[in-house]
Amino acid sequence: MVAKMEKATDLLSSPQSLFSLKSLKLKTKQQELLIRISILCLVYILAFITRLFSVLRYESMIHEFDPYFNYRTTLYLTQKGFYEFWNWFDSESWYPLGRIIGGTLYPGLMVTAAFIYWILRFLRFAVHIREVCVLTAPFFASNTTLVAYFFGKELWDSGAGLVAAALIAICPGYISRSVAGSYDNEAVAIFALLLTFYLFVKAVKGGSLAWSLASAFGYFYMVSAWGGYIFIINLIPLYVLVLLVTGRYSMRLYVAYNCMYILGMLLAMQIRFVGFQHVQSGEHMAAMGVFFLMQVFYFLDWVKHLLNDQKLFQAFLRITLTCAISVGAVALGVGTASGYISPWTGRFYSLLDPTYAKDHIPIIASVSEHQPTAWSSFMFDFHILLILFPAGLYFCFKRLSDATIFIVMYGLTSMYFAGVMVRLILVATPAVCLISAIAVSATIKNFSQLVRTKTKPTQGGSGKGTTSAKTSSKGALDQSLPYQKNGAIALLVGAFYLLTRYAIHCTWVTSEAYSSPSIVLAARGAHGNRVIFDDYREAYFWLRQNTPSDAKVMSWWDYGYQITAMGNRTVIVDNNTWNNTHIATVGRAMSSYEDEAYEIMRSLDVDYVLVVFGGVTGYSSDDINKFLWMVRIGGGVFPVIKEPDYLVNGEYRVDKGAAPKMLNCLMYKLSYYRFGELTTEYGKPPGYDRARGVEIGNKDIKLEYLEEAYTTSNWIVRIYKVKPPKNRW
Amino acid sequence: MGAMAILRLALVFSIFTSLSLTRSSPSPSPQLQIVNAERRIDLNSHIVKVFLTLKVENIGESPASEVLLAFSPTEADHLALVKAAAVASKKKKKSYLPLDVKPINLVDGPNGTKYYLVYLLKPLVKGEAISLEVLYLLTHSLEPFPVEISQSESQLVYYRDSAKILSPYPIKQQATFLKAPTSRVESFTRVEPTDRANTELRYGPYEEQRPYSYSPVIVHFENNNAFAVVEELVREIEISHWGSVQVTEHYKLVHAGARHKGVFSRVEYQSRPSHSGVSSFKHLLAELPPRVHSVYYRDNIGNISSSRLRTNRKKQSELLIEPRYPLFGGWKSTFVIGYGVPLEDFLFEAADGTRYLNYSFGCPLGQTVVDKLTVKVVLPEGSKNPSAVVPFPVEQRFEKKYSYLDVVGRTVVVLEKENVVPEHNSPFQVYYQFSPIYMLAEPLMLTSVFFLFFMACVTYLQVDLSISKIKQT
Repeated sequence: MVAKMEKATDLLSSPQSLFSLKSLKLKTKQQELLIRISILCLVYILAFITRLFSVLRYESMIHEFDPYFNYRTTLYLTQKGFYEFWNWFDSESWYPLGRIIGGTLYPGLMVTAAFIYWILRFLRFAVHIREVCVLTAPFFASNTTLVAYFFGKELWDSGAGLVAAALIAICPGYISRSVAGSYDNEAVAIFALLLTFYLFVKAVKGGSLAWSLASAFGYFYMVSAWGGYIFIINLIPLYVLVLLVTGRYSMRLYVAYNCMYILGMLLAMQIRFVGFQHVQSGEHMAAMGVFFLMQVFYFLDWVKHLLNDQKLFQAFLRITLTCAISVGAVALGVGTASGYISPWTGRFYSLLDPTYAKDHIPIIASVSEHQPTAWSSFMFDFHILLILFPAGLYFCFKRLSDATIFIVMYGLTSMYFAGVMVRLILVATPAVCLISAIAVSATIKNFSQLVRTKTKPTQGGSGKGTTSAKTSSKGALDQSLPYQKNGAIALLVGAFYLLTRYAIHCTWVTSEAYSSPSIVLAARGAHGNRVIFDDYREAYFWLRQNTPSDAKVMSWWDYGYQITAMGNRTVIVDNNTWNNTHIATVGRAMSSYEDEAYEIMRSLDVDYVLVVFGGVTGYSSDDINKFLWMVRIGGGVFPVIKEPDYLVNGEYRVDKGAAPKMLNCLMYKLSYYRFGELTTEYGKPPGYDRARGVEIGNKDIKLEYLEEAYTTSNWIVRIYKVKPPKNRW
Repeated sequence: MGAMAILRLALVFSIFTSLSLTRSSPSPSPQLQIVNAERRIDLNSHIVKVFLTLKVENIGESPASEVLLAFSPTEADHLALVKAAAVASKKKKKSYLPLDVKPINLVDGPNGTKYYLVYLLKPLVKGEAISLEVLYLLTHSLEPFPVEISQSESQLVYYRDSAKILSPYPIKQQATFLKAPTSRVESFTRVEPTDRANTELRYGPYEEQRPYSYSPVIVHFENNNAFAVVEELVREIEISHWGSVQVTEHYKLVHAGARHKGVFSRVEYQSRPSHSGVSSFKHLLAELPPRVHSVYYRDNIGNISSSRLRTNRKKQSELLIEPRYPLFGGWKSTFVIGYGVPLEDFLFEAADGTRYLNYSFGCPLGQTVVDKLTVKVVLPEGSKNPSAVVPFPVEQRFEKKYSYLDVVGRTVVVLEKENVVPEHNSPFQVYYQFSPIYMLAEPLMLTSVFFLFFMACVTYLQVDLSISKIKQT
């Protein structure tokens, strides 16, 4: 762009163009528009295709765990229609409790995908719903770049918008959740989040009802898509509060916030999973408080206008404020005490207090994406943006406006949350990209202006070749100028170098780290060839084809969604961890002796038990490594399960020195059944566990109540059949 | 009301009987006799192949132009294919002339015997003899016993047949040979003279047998070959005049042998492949046409990575497919194979301008039985007057299918056949008329849509839709 602009100025400086100066000026504008649109188009396409690495590396498939649930529900929605979907009681999960799907999910993603599918079908594109689901995330990522452009334009200028679009298109923090196949709520939610913020900022800037209505609808879409809408409903009131405190209260703000809050709240109530939480739950009370505060403020403003007396107004202010605050506090207190307003949930607490989950809710702490973020993953996901972010903040503070205050607040709060939980890096990414874009754009703009203003005085000169000579001669007159120019060029080159490094880093991260579907595992073979372990699907497909259609499968909750979606069998627990007791029961069964576990399994009607075992392949995220969480979660509800029983001097081991309870619990037995006969690695004794690098402690495992039903070719998934009870006579 | 119904029933019955009477006009002529009959039954795979050599002689007065073959009702149910050929030996060189074989409904056969009629090329006059070679294939005729086996056991099956050849004609001399896959034959019924040599069993020779002689025998033997049965196969052959024929095949595969019982142990399956799961099978070989491209092998949860393709430009390409798990008795698997082949290899233009597709009918997997085969030929949009020519009786109907950018839909010729064996892999033809102008319909549609879109953009940018003009400052 900069080069093109220079070209345009060259044209201006040439004598021929002097005739048609007016038409040329218009042309420059058109050129700029053309360049801007083509850059945007390229960014749009780039954002889409960079997310297709996973399809190229593996195949067009749904990734990981939760997306399988989303895929299954989308399938149901497209096959049975919306009302069936809304009223769906799923008896295939959480046996014997079942799950009311329509009332316990955010339908935004499924409805979006189904909508795209129906449109394509209507246009006679014979696509499969799976393809639509796989490509939903990249498609929305592309749309996010457009929103980022407009947001950047709103915050700073169109240059910053373009940079923001380009940065967010390839930012690994966002790509991690939006590669093709990662069909999760976040895929559309980030788009909705940024859209809502953009529309709200736009509404505040212009005080327009239309924009704030649009932002209410954006908020509605966000609520329908992801539980992270809590962030919006708390950030916007916070922002309004900050504006009030800093004396930036205006009628525009009043209109924007009230319209957005009231309409957004009413719309959000239409989502069954959210229901009346906006007026009943503690997490949403801040927004309501700010809403009333706005009314008080408006009222005070009106009174002030009427009174025209400073002293009287001060007295009035004191009384009204005390009254308002006390009324609010009393209402909140009464609401909480009477149970009308539910207290904050554990997830919310764990955001405010990172250690809360570890002590109180092991099920949240057990998820790896809920861990506090390490510095390395910040660097990994943001790369140079991490450095540009403070610079951008500086620029924002330099040119403070309602919009920049918003982005600063968004950036700072989301950065805090990103620090608390790994997965919330995602929420911070758009803010970081926008703020960094401001830094990049402002820096480059300043420098290129510097470079250009130096050339301007030389325009009377003959050619380009002599330009540098002239500037150097001028430099003799003004000491600082040549350094400034050379420095600017050097810094520009540096900035471009950094941005190139960023692009390279992003591409590398995307292709290497974030494109694995985690269902299919790839490894390098001994000769450098690619080895694929497709054991998960092997096992799930075996379940689907060769077990009775009403068979109940017990496994740790991680695999629940996959078993129902791919295996089409009923599971006891799944990734929707709504019933801690049920999960604890499964955890207890896994950590008990076989006979005790048999009783539990009989009571749950379990027909098959599925365990994931990495001892043969060296796959480390298997059930033995997750086992301590099962013990902790099981022990949290059933005190008979005690964590120290499974540890030796506080150490978790599976070899000969392991705790006796560990060596005889169900999980150990199922994982290592007949493993002692197998030689896994050359030069190691039989029964050598490659995932943990030890020889197992119990090689002679006898199963009394279960029998091996199937083990996949690389032993990653092992399925056992629960034997029927013995005859009593 | 009741009387009416009875009347109607009687009417229907009388029509039916008269029909069947008229159809049964070529009653078994007693003038024929079989001088020599030899039957070789191949029990190697789960498709039982029976080679029957008959020497038929006319001893009556009138010339005979047909020969009847008789099958017991259970055999007739499992009969997949009957082929017959006349042996003509000229100068020590044997040549086979294929003959027409058709099932025929005769009511007067004892014990529900079913008949097939072999049409001779020229009528057999008195005293003349002819040699016939008959091949017939039986599916689902090996009954596993024991019905359930564990992983370490091998599979034993029963085969039931008659020691003497069932025929409406007297047979002067006959013998039956059964070939078992291994020397392990647990038991067999003796109908003297009976002899067993290693893997071969001999019944006979029997002399001077009257018509419809039957003496049931059971042979119990080991058969560990893959009992691969495709319960349902839907082959969709989609013709695109842009240069390719796309074939998609949906399989429902099952191991129809003795059911697997109890434990499946991976350790034993891995470490002792010769003793463990001998009756199971791991892979199947599909023979695809030469010059096949863009082959995929997947099921409804995604791609199955364990397959190997050996393409060949001249001969058949081979696709070795491995289901996700080894198939033990009773285990099922469903999958899809898809591939494209160049159009010019399979689509031809007849002399009168109609086009025809010439493609192989049966299942490309070797040694499998297909219980129900549906072949769907999707003709391009705008094709007219489709008709199919298949060398054996099939059910035919038409459907409509909507694919990419279709407006009127594509005509689908659906051909259905039950009990299909690899011997059915003979080419069939689908004739239709098609004008190449229809090929342009879809590109034109797309271009016009884009054109309209850009036009709309241009108009939107040019036209000022605002109600009140905002003053320019």
